Amino acid sequence: MLAYALRRLLLAMPLLLGITFVSFAVIHLAPGDPVELQTGDMSMQQSAQAYQELRKLYGLDQPLHVQYWNWLTRIVRLDFGRSFAPDGRPVLNKIAERLPITLMLNLVEMIIILVLAVPIGILSATRQYSLFDKVTTVFVFVGFATPDFWLALLLMILFGVQLDWLPVSGLRSLNWEYLSFWGRQWDFLSHLALPILVATFGGLAGFSRYMRQSMLEAIRQDYIQSARAKGLAERVVIGKHALRNAMLPIVTVLGLSLPGLIGGSVIVESIFAIPGMGQLMVQSVFQRDYPVIMGNLVIVSVLTLLANLAADLSYGLVDPRIRLAGRRGRR
Amino acid sequence: MPTPVFRLGAVVALAALAAAGCSSEAGLPGEPKSGTIAPAYGDTLIEASIGNVSSLIPNITSDASSREVGDFMYNGLVTLGRDLEILPELATSWTFSKDCLTLDFQLHQGVKWHDGAPFTADDVVFTWEATMHPKTPSAYKADFDAVERVEALGPHAVRVTYKRPHARALLSWAMTMLPRHLLDPYVKAGKIREAPQNWSAPVGTGPYRFKEMKSGEKIVVVANQDYFKGRPHISRIVYRIIPSQATIFLELKARGVDVASLTALQYKRQTEYPAFEKAYQKFRYPSSGYTYFGFNLKDPRFADRRVRLAFAHAINKQELLDGVVMGLGREATGPFRPGHWANNSAVKGIPYDPPRAATLLAEAGWRTRNADGLLVKDGKPFTFELMTNQGNDERRKIAEIIQASLRELGVGVEIRILEWAAFLKEHIKKRPVRYDAVILGWATAADPDQYVIWHSSQVGPDELNHISYINPEADALLEAGRTTCHQADRVTFYHRLHQVLADDQPVVFLYWRDALPAIASRIHGIEPGPAGIRWNFQGWFVPKHLHRYTAG
Repeated sequence: MLAYALRRLLLAMPLLLGITFVSFAVIHLAPGDPVELQTGDMSMQQSAQAYQELRKLYGLDQPLHVQYWNWLTRIVRLDFGRSFAPDGRPVLNKIAERLPITLMLNLVEMIIILVLAVPIGILSATRQYSLFDKVTTVFVFVGFATPDFWLALLLMILFGVQLDWLPVSGLRSLNWEYLSFWGRQWDFLSHLALPILVATFGGLAGFSRYMRQSMLEAIRQDYIQSARAKGLAERVVIGKHALRNAMLPIVTVLGLSLPGLIGGSVIVESIFAIPGMGQLMVQSVFQRDYPVIMGNLVIVSVLTLLANLAADLSYGLVDPRIRLAGRRGRR
Repeated sequence: MPTPVFRLGAVVALAALAAAGCSSEAGLPGEPKSGTIAPAYGDTLIEASIGNVSSLIPNITSDASSREVGDFMYNGLVTLGRDLEILPELATSWTFSKDCLTLDFQLHQGVKWHDGAPFTADDVVFTWEATMHPKTPSAYKADFDAVERVEALGPHAVRVTYKRPHARALLSWAMTMLPRHLLDPYVKAGKIREAPQNWSAPVGTGPYRFKEMKSGEKIVVVANQDYFKGRPHISRIVYRIIPSQATIFLELKARGVDVASLTALQYKRQTEYPAFEKAYQKFRYPSSGYTYFGFNLKDPRFADRRVRLAFAHAINKQELLDGVVMGLGREATGPFRPGHWANNSAVKGIPYDPPRAATLLAEAGWRTRNADGLLVKDGKPFTFELMTNQGNDERRKIAEIIQASLRELGVGVEIRILEWAAFLKEHIKKRPVRYDAVILGWATAADPDQYVIWHSSQVGPDELNHISYINPEADALLEAGRTTCHQADRVTFYHRLHQVLADDQPVVFLYWRDALPAIASRIHGIEPGPAGIRWNFQGWFVPKHLHRYTAG
């Protein structure tokens, strides 16, 4: 298995190179460049000189392959460069500022979804076509179909404006510095309640349907019948034997959704005024802030490749058939 | 020692009670609040902005949010008053030489930067040097183009020498002043963006000093106790970044922000209930932006003035205003804002007159209609493509209304909506331009010089006269207006220019949108005028009994 992992890691290098190259080319294909948007956005105060100066500062006057080469040689030294935005801050700083809140939101959302989706999936499968199954199916699909922003605004009006139970937007109250430690945690929680609610409601459908489907397949297997014939309690049959096998696809999907943890939903973030990765990325694209866009792409690509590898390896760990098949094959 | 700031719940109740008891003193929105209520110190003002603040040095940014925040912390030598007149700020007085080539400023004495260092004439020289430095990415270099040199004649006197008379000279010194003692090394190294001034420790001479910034979330500034004009009354301003107009409106209703710009719909239909009217004052005045229906004047169809005039007659401007901004705007007759001294109020708008439009088109050769009802000339039907940018609901509606109006006339319009950067790069900045007609807008500045938009020398690629307007009379007026420093002459030139452009209709001037701010009613001292309401924000205050946030 170790050899397998090493081989995969080695293969990931050229893959990463290819990803960055294609991404670099594609972004530069988009019309408009960051300098135009900063100096000459149809404002009456532009000047041709400022335009040229900025282009030189950003290295945009070089041919494309030279720009890519410069960027590449810096990235391997882990120098992500500086943003093209007027604040000129290092790209890593800008990303590091926004990553924690996005990660936290996504992690909490994922945990809640799992905690809810797995039981829903199991119960829907064991009680297929029952009232519970039908109600939850409708419920999760309504959640899936509802537009985030619409739901978000409705909840904000209800809880924020009319009932005044929760804050409307933002991450912290104005008096945050003056609150006690527990006061601050509570404040933070009340600010994140609505965004998490909106995100979870939409995301529940995916996992719960996966769980249900995979559970249904597991239940139909012969070994379940033999487990029941052996006289085991239904609880053990479902909870131990069926569940373990049904979880396999879930583990894979979980692994593949790890890279998504660092991406934010720009719509939810904009509506709730949460300064997260989603907003950063969309703004960078609109402003053609190439260093930030590329920096984000590199991070996401690396994470995706690693997560894929982890998912494959964990599949081997969790499923004895794969583990043993590899060993048997070598003899 | 700051006293604890109270959470909204309890204070809302108290403030509501207090405000209810004082309704007789609240007065009507828009009335100057003076005399009856003594200004008090304290309280916090919470503002909201859709755009993120990109830099804390206004000289190197061009977005509105950064400039608003910059206005809190920095001063210029001059500033604008309520009627767009030029008022002294860091300068106490100024004199132009007879030939308009020399401008002398006398500066306030005893002004200190936020870090205690004295502000002197050398900082003024530095600000000019920094802005013009080849490695400084400033969009304002063009403003100082005509300056030959800036010299300090003493610690409190500055002389600016110009290469040629430059009408915008005085107003260009409203530019925010920067401290030499903190920024000199960075500017010389060409790394002004990396200075702490840009992101974590801005130092200005302004009424508020920087307290903290959480990127993408908020910026907090506190009153400068040593401000040379006297400490501002409101103790703290929190500038919140909320990227969604809908959310800002909800925050306004939940009293999480104190100031917000309303859309036409919100102003007219969603804020007319008693609770809102008690808690907020609404204002309405012409904003500095107008929308126009522009033509590619190199297209022979649009080069004919009669065609443009016909289109102007075919569009019912009042209906447009009612349909697009619910009547909250004014018809535009030319490129100068209503209420501005350059605006010639004698110029009339083009009246809605479809028969006249049809006659004009007939005179231009468009007489017969084909089977589809479209006018035909030389065997070709009159159809064209109307472009505008994505994300602007108003412009989309305008395009649709124009399409309908012109269809009745027998002209076919196809609407095309593009992403802004692509639109700009591929269609507007290229020469020849790649559009037939556009719906766009201009944000006008306090100074009426619009040379870069209308002059025939500005038709090159990337330049702003993208419609390719060439009119020698307009050229002469534009040149004259920008090279004299005598106000009376400028008024004459711009009034005449207004008439020329109205007669010629290089674009169909559509309307000036109204600015529609709503401000918490506890804020007193607001005086709306042609410059808007922010011109005197340093003088806003909250009476003691209405304070909502206490912060020492």
